[in-house]
Amino acid sequence: MASLVLITTALLFVFYVAPDDANQGFSQRIFYFHVSIAFTAYVCFAAGAWKAFRHLWKRDPRADLESYVWVHQGLIFGAMVLVTGSIWARISWGRWWVWSEDELVLFLILYLFYCAYFMLRFSVDPGPQRANLSAVYALFGVVLIPVSFAAIRLAKEVLHPRVFTLHGPNFGGWILVTYCIAQAALLVLAYTLYRVELAGKRLDLRLRELKEVLA
Amino acid sequence: MTYVRDVGALARKDLLLELRAKDTLPAMLLFVAAVFVVFHFALPGNPSRLETTGLLWVAILFTALLGLGRAFVPEREQRTMDGLVLAPCDRSAIWLAKSLATLAFLGAAEVVALPLYALFFHRIGGSTVLAVVLADIGICAVGTFLGAMAVVTRARDLLLPLLFLPLAMPIVVGAVGASIGHSPGRYLGFLALYDLLFGVVCWGSFEYVVAE
Repeated sequence: MASLVLITTALLFVFYVAPDDANQGFSQRIFYFHVSIAFTAYVCFAAGAWKAFRHLWKRDPRADLESYVWVHQGLIFGAMVLVTGSIWARISWGRWWVWSEDELVLFLILYLFYCAYFMLRFSVDPGPQRANLSAVYALFGVVLIPVSFAAIRLAKEVLHPRVFTLHGPNFGGWILVTYCIAQAALLVLAYTLYRVELAGKRLDLRLRELKEVLA
Repeated sequence: MTYVRDVGALARKDLLLELRAKDTLPAMLLFVAAVFVVFHFALPGNPSRLETTGLLWVAILFTALLGLGRAFVPEREQRTMDGLVLAPCDRSAIWLAKSLATLAFLGAAEVVALPLYALFFHRIGGSTVLAVVLADIGICAVGTFLGAMAVVTRARDLLLPLLFLPLAMPIVVGAVGASIGHSPGRYLGFLALYDLLFGVVCWGSFEYVVAE
């Protein structure tokens, strides 16, 4: 419920309150969502890694499923980052994909990485081994994020000497307020989705256990 | 001290096995030579040094994948993994020894591949050789670790490239940068940092991959 209210508020702010960007006009508004979705995806991956760490360290029996659900949410938000970023690139540069945008390239790598996480997870029978492998791979993810980011920055120096600066220094007032609301809305949305999916997955597990008992 | 001895014994076992069976190294050598020939025809005309450097790294990465895919296959076929895990040594020694053995195979393949590259395409500088050494360490450390993960899955060999390539992206950046950049030092430093960081992560978490 809270997420619904916040999302509506954020949409209102993005479309009616925030001013148009000086040189990009209306299309810049996708940024409020693009950036906050990206941040939310990072939070999801970090939460997934934290739960993975809890699984390995404390042997918390619920942590494996929680870690998986967080990573799943992160992947959904990651896909949204790629889509919104791609739309924005189309409008700004007339092309659906630009290699010069760090965030997009990073998300492409992360997307491939976390898709492999799912391949790995679905390729092992449920049990302690699957939990361990998934947890270790999820932990690799949080190490990969900063390393890849540094790598993309480094690669740019060789391949793309030009650096795009579109935002400029004017990032204040209503823009900041709108951004914060959009960010809060998406974080709450991610948490709500996480709770819903987790509840569904737990119910599914419980049902299976009950069926086994009956059979 | 016993740790070093354990690692030495395990690595020697892999090298001996390869010396007798000759499964992996000849395949890697043939593969990398064939890849160079494919590159020649895939890039008609006179490809620039920039282009062939990129291809060199693609060739190294894929040759390494070939070796990494084989790393844990003998343990699976002979069912010796359980024995290794039960052996009274630190589990991370298994990973370290396997990585060293794979590093030896990859290094041997490159001793042939790099002169071949220089013969077919362009000369190779000192910074490229250094980058090869540093990249090999990272490739073998992370690749062996993921190989141990992939070997217990149903998809097996299919899964390793999928798991490995996203993680190898920073290696490619550092390696290509060191080969063609104007200041290779930064890229070599980045490669060393990658090796160190992922080496520690792999070393610390290998226990969880093999134990239940």
